[in-house]
Amino acid sequence: MPNLKDLKVRINSVKSTQKITSAMKMVAAAKLRRAQDAAEQARPYAKSMERMIVTLAGNVVPGSGPKLLSGTGKDESYLIVVATADRGLCGGFNSNIVRAARRKITELENAGKKVALLTVGRKAKDQLRRTHSKLIVKSVENLARTTIGFEQADTIARELIHRFDEGEFDTCLMFYNRFQSAMTQIVTEQQLIPAKVPELSGDEDKGGASAKALYEYEPDEEGILSALLPRNVATQVFTALLENSASEHGARMTAMDSATRNAGEMIDKLTLTYNRTRQAYITKELIEIISGAEAL
Amino acid sequence: MAETTQFELVSPERLVLSRDVEMVVIPGSEGYFGVLPRHSPMLTTLMPGVIDIHEGGSIVDRIFVAGGFAEVTEDRCTVLAEGATPLAEVDVSATEKTISDTKEILKDTSDAVEQEKLQEKISNMEAMLAAKRLVG
Repeated sequence: MPNLKDLKVRINSVKSTQKITSAMKMVAAAKLRRAQDAAEQARPYAKSMERMIVTLAGNVVPGSGPKLLSGTGKDESYLIVVATADRGLCGGFNSNIVRAARRKITELENAGKKVALLTVGRKAKDQLRRTHSKLIVKSVENLARTTIGFEQADTIARELIHRFDEGEFDTCLMFYNRFQSAMTQIVTEQQLIPAKVPELSGDEDKGGASAKALYEYEPDEEGILSALLPRNVATQVFTALLENSASEHGARMTAMDSATRNAGEMIDKLTLTYNRTRQAYITKELIEIISGAEAL
Repeated sequence: MAETTQFELVSPERLVLSRDVEMVVIPGSEGYFGVLPRHSPMLTTLMPGVIDIHEGGSIVDRIFVAGGFAEVTEDRCTVLAEGATPLAEVDVSATEKTISDTKEILKDTSDAVEQEKLQEKISNMEAMLAAKRLVG
């Protein structure tokens, strides 16, 4: 028969775990709201930026123009930016990104391409170091101490562009989680360099219409593009980081919610066993007393 | 009421300002230019400088931007600013201190990317101070 004391101890320990997970869930929910707000606020900038790029890129002869747009003309080496969270306990959030990145790495390596990695977030580094430690060229950590600022994205973007200018890679991909809801995050692969110009057709709102209008350019198309493209990389990194942080908190909230529920179930089950055992002890003692009395 | 154009000032982090204005003066990289309603469409880069919002013949708002881009169409003017600070909120002594601090950090960094970034930060803040002094 299980020991009553042991059961009591277990119940208490599960109870305190439940308290922690439910607190973490609450914190994640609050942070999620803030992260969503931040992502929402950053949208106008990204939208206008995209509109400008579309307008400008439409006027550039394919194959010419700045390298950030047209590429190096080769397709041999890749730099993959893997963005995860710094902390765990958020379900499959980190592993999903890393898994997608790993698959891509294998695929590229099988095709005979050169791959380098830049990790954002501690988990990406920890998980990728085991299998691909030689490929990691740089790691960025401690992003989400507070909210993500544009400066952090800018730093990463500068690093990317610097390496691109040095000819370290031809294509830059980024892996992150796009936020859909607190329950679902979509692992997204995005090409940062050369810049992917979104299709104009299908965009029927005001932005799409005015993009077709004739613009005057100051200083000239090339000049603006070469200033705009690096900014665009930074903006895309920024958007990705914001989405990622919203996803992280969403994933953590969901994970902690189910952890809290599981803990509740466990407590119920343990309490039942505890009560049953207690009664069994009482019954046993009674039987002992009664049979003792009868023996007299 | 006079005809207006929709002016939007956005920084990477948020929409700073969105309002209907009679005229804005924008620090384009080729010189300051004013935007009135039905301005011909144009795209331009910005230099660090001050955006003036005019209403009823006088300036109602002055905002410092540290560079960026502007898109002007007939009914709308969008400025993508890298950093936007209302000129009234610029604190001269605090900015001076940040500049000297940043210069100290610059001396200690050897990383080329980092150096470039700090250099830009310093020149932006110096432009901001210059703008502030000019207005008084």
